[in-house]
Amino acid sequence: MALHELTAHELADLLARKEVSSVEATESQFARIEAIEEQVDAYLLLTKELALEQARRVDQARARGEALPPLAGVPYALKDVICSNGVRTTCGSRILADFVPPYDATVVERCRQAGLPLLGKTNMDEFAMGSSTENSAFKVTRNPWDLERIPGGSSGGSAAAVAADEAFLALGTDTGGSIRQPASVCGIVGLKPTYGRVSRYGLVAYASSLDQIGPLTKDVRDCALLLQVIAGTDPRDSTAADLPVADYVGSLTGDPRGLRAGVVKELMGEGTEPGVRECVEEAIDVLSGLGVECEEADLPHCEYALPVYYIIAPAECSSNLARYDGVRYGHRTDGPVDDYEDMFAKTRAEGFGPEVRLRITKGTYVLSKGYYDAYYLKALKVRTLIRRDFDRAFERFDLLLSPTSPTVAFRIGERVDDPLAMKMADICTIPVNLAGIPALSVPCGYSDGLPVGLQMMGRPFAEETLLRVGYAYEQQAGFVGAKPPLG
Amino acid sequence: MAYRPRIGLEVHAQLLTESKMFCGCSTAFGETGNTQCCPVCAGIPGTLPVANRKAIELVIKTGLALDCRVAERCRFARKNYFYPDMPKNYQISQYEEPLTFGGHIDVVLDGEIAPIRIRRVHLEEDTGKNFHLPDGTSLVEYNRAGVPLMEIVTEPDFTSPEQVRAYLTSLRELLRYLDVSNANMEEGAMRCEPTVDLIDDETGDHTERVEIKNLASIRGVHEALVYEVRRQRQCLAEGKPVRQETRRWSVEKHETQVMRSKESAEDYMYFPDPDLVPMAPSSDWVEAIRTTLPELPRTRRARFTEEYGLSEYDAEVLTGSKATADYFEALAALCRDPKQASNWVMGDLMRLLNAGGLSIAQSPLPPRRIAELVELVESGRITTKMAKTVFDRMFETGQSAEAIIAGQGLGVVGSEDELGPIIDQAIAANPAAAADYAAGKQKAKGRLVGEVMRATKGQADPALVNELIDRRLAGSA
Repeated sequence: MALHELTAHELADLLARKEVSSVEATESQFARIEAIEEQVDAYLLLTKELALEQARRVDQARARGEALPPLAGVPYALKDVICSNGVRTTCGSRILADFVPPYDATVVERCRQAGLPLLGKTNMDEFAMGSSTENSAFKVTRNPWDLERIPGGSSGGSAAAVAADEAFLALGTDTGGSIRQPASVCGIVGLKPTYGRVSRYGLVAYASSLDQIGPLTKDVRDCALLLQVIAGTDPRDSTAADLPVADYVGSLTGDPRGLRAGVVKELMGEGTEPGVRECVEEAIDVLSGLGVECEEADLPHCEYALPVYYIIAPAECSSNLARYDGVRYGHRTDGPVDDYEDMFAKTRAEGFGPEVRLRITKGTYVLSKGYYDAYYLKALKVRTLIRRDFDRAFERFDLLLSPTSPTVAFRIGERVDDPLAMKMADICTIPVNLAGIPALSVPCGYSDGLPVGLQMMGRPFAEETLLRVGYAYEQQAGFVGAKPPLG
Repeated sequence: MAYRPRIGLEVHAQLLTESKMFCGCSTAFGETGNTQCCPVCAGIPGTLPVANRKAIELVIKTGLALDCRVAERCRFARKNYFYPDMPKNYQISQYEEPLTFGGHIDVVLDGEIAPIRIRRVHLEEDTGKNFHLPDGTSLVEYNRAGVPLMEIVTEPDFTSPEQVRAYLTSLRELLRYLDVSNANMEEGAMRCEPTVDLIDDETGDHTERVEIKNLASIRGVHEALVYEVRRQRQCLAEGKPVRQETRRWSVEKHETQVMRSKESAEDYMYFPDPDLVPMAPSSDWVEAIRTTLPELPRTRRARFTEEYGLSEYDAEVLTGSKATADYFEALAALCRDPKQASNWVMGDLMRLLNAGGLSIAQSPLPPRRIAELVELVESGRITTKMAKTVFDRMFETGQSAEAIIAGQGLGVVGSEDELGPIIDQAIAANPAAAADYAAGKQKAKGRLVGEVMRATKGQADPALVNELIDRRLAGSA
């Protein structure tokens, strides 16, 4: 097997045994990228010099006999919505096309301290708004399993990179499903941690009460390893939970016996493709075989999750994106302006893409006088009801199950003119963000040759349970390690 | 129809914290622009606010001093609007859930007490500053962006510009007493925006409310309100409508002017800030803060007149600042007669401090030194007149009174033996005066006393001199 085809933990083993160096692994990774990127287009920026420099330092430390963290020397890719000091960060938007952050996000700091060389910044839907990465201002990323299809979104670049072996590991972000849905349609593992489990400092905000950073990886073990690096409290983020971090790798016992799983009725509804339903039902059988008691779970308010999300997220985004006015950073309109209002208006009209402008407009509307109570306040109340559904369900069950996405990857361009259809891609993932709970997507089969993902949802801060079950399932089901038929 | 002014006030005060409201940048006055800012207060993408605990404490402290209730649970809210000096184009403030609310303060004017209700005291962050150059370019400076601001809102209970002036003076004094703000309007540490209309209490009819901005001093506030009240009365008299608007006070033209205003009131789209968790100050913490409240100015003034028998005027002067009041009390504790303490502090000490541009905290003399001097006068070691010279020298050199007296031989020439010959000499040199005094002309004595004082370079004890002269001359009547 070529070096780039390994999982992160397999590479880590080789590095620990000094059978291969981090520089070699990194170079091998860039060779793969050079060979494949033209087809996949996962990256917006490659940071080869930086990565090699970081890899060299790890190799030297290892040669000196220093004790190194588990993933030291394993290079990773970073979604371009996360700030990297001195490295361009665009958020997939023209308005930040030349923005270079003066600081590192907390997760980037932690990855650096853990010895992970940075490969580059991956493509995404503009400001994390989208389900296909087609909203990127720069280019479309292609699904390695079928280059005519979308890689999911908004972390499509990160998912495609991992799936195509263009990165051993990647970080993405998830506000309504943007890690899990791309992971699902690209046939890899993706985890959205509990809200507050990972620091948001340095994550360019879209919807502050929903955003979380999480791993996209080739298998569950890699996911546990990467989560271990990034999880934990942070004094720079008031919403980061001040709770101890569990031993995620230690939870990969492979034994889920006795756990009770609820299959969410509302998320296996009409919109679910037959092929997807089949894969998920088979997965449930596998879990039952492993000793997990599977029954039906009823979360009646789930049907309101989509509209609630599309009120809360745009509202928060309209405020979070107000700062892009051309005064301090980013694009500023070249043309003549009458006054500051004119400058702001032109800058934003030129810099923001249509989906972003749409969500800002919606958000402004639902927050405005006369509409705030009917929309925003109401949405917050229904969000509480959705959360209570989950609380109640978790009294009976240790985890909840559903497809990650009701369909497999659709064609590029297929849903661009059908916004409702586009948003339906997130129908299974959105309730999770509203409730703030963690959820893991693992590959569970194929439909028409395209990957299907199984979503496991857990109690707040119970990532260990998800990883334990996910690992057991993955090892049993046998879809792990499958590679897309790329040249 | 009798319309009277109805005024409400919004005051913003910069809080005396070391660092900004949501980041660790210094709040100290920064000479060079944009040196006291960081990714957080400059609104760089991806940054997050973290609340300054001290600022919360200072607002609670102020709320308690204003008799407010402290919220059991409250949140920060985003006030959304676009402006170049706003790094995020929203200001983190408070909206539906202020940190403290429902208090009051008594405003004393011409011996009358007017209770003013405090609607709320809440916490927010300051904006940056815009500078406009003559060529049409604008510059933005962020040293001030994110500095903690306390907003104090009253109900529209004021009925005259004079009341407002009295309130602002009391409020400024209170904020300084509490050590929460230096409340200096000229430096922008305290800003005031009144809202004024005219109302007929009988019918309830009233003009539209006008907000006034750009006020840089308490006197300016008073002047602007007097003008605006007059303007509105004039509108009423001429049957012209008063429009609900924001007007800008022009210091040059002494008038309020319409600001370039919008048709409808600004919609700030407030919503709870999801980046900050709710605050729930524990009752233990609130009580601990309450114990740090100093005796408030009005209470202290009353106590000074009662306990120390000071006049109202003296009490007023001595409680002018907490530091002065503290100094006076420390000195009074060391003196037998509090009047001595008040005289020295209000007189010579204040004179020399002012001349040297020093605050009482910077006084080279601690209370103990003055107490020593007072003791020396009371025991007759030096005269009152000499004490003034000694005081000046003490202030200059920092030496004790004892040391100065010893060093310069300024002690009272006081014993009878010492004075005897000098008095005899004075009498001998002024036979006519001596004879006149002996004959009963009191005025003549002054001539003799003066002569003795001159001969002793003012160091004789006047009382003793008088007595000795009496003894010598009384007998010859």
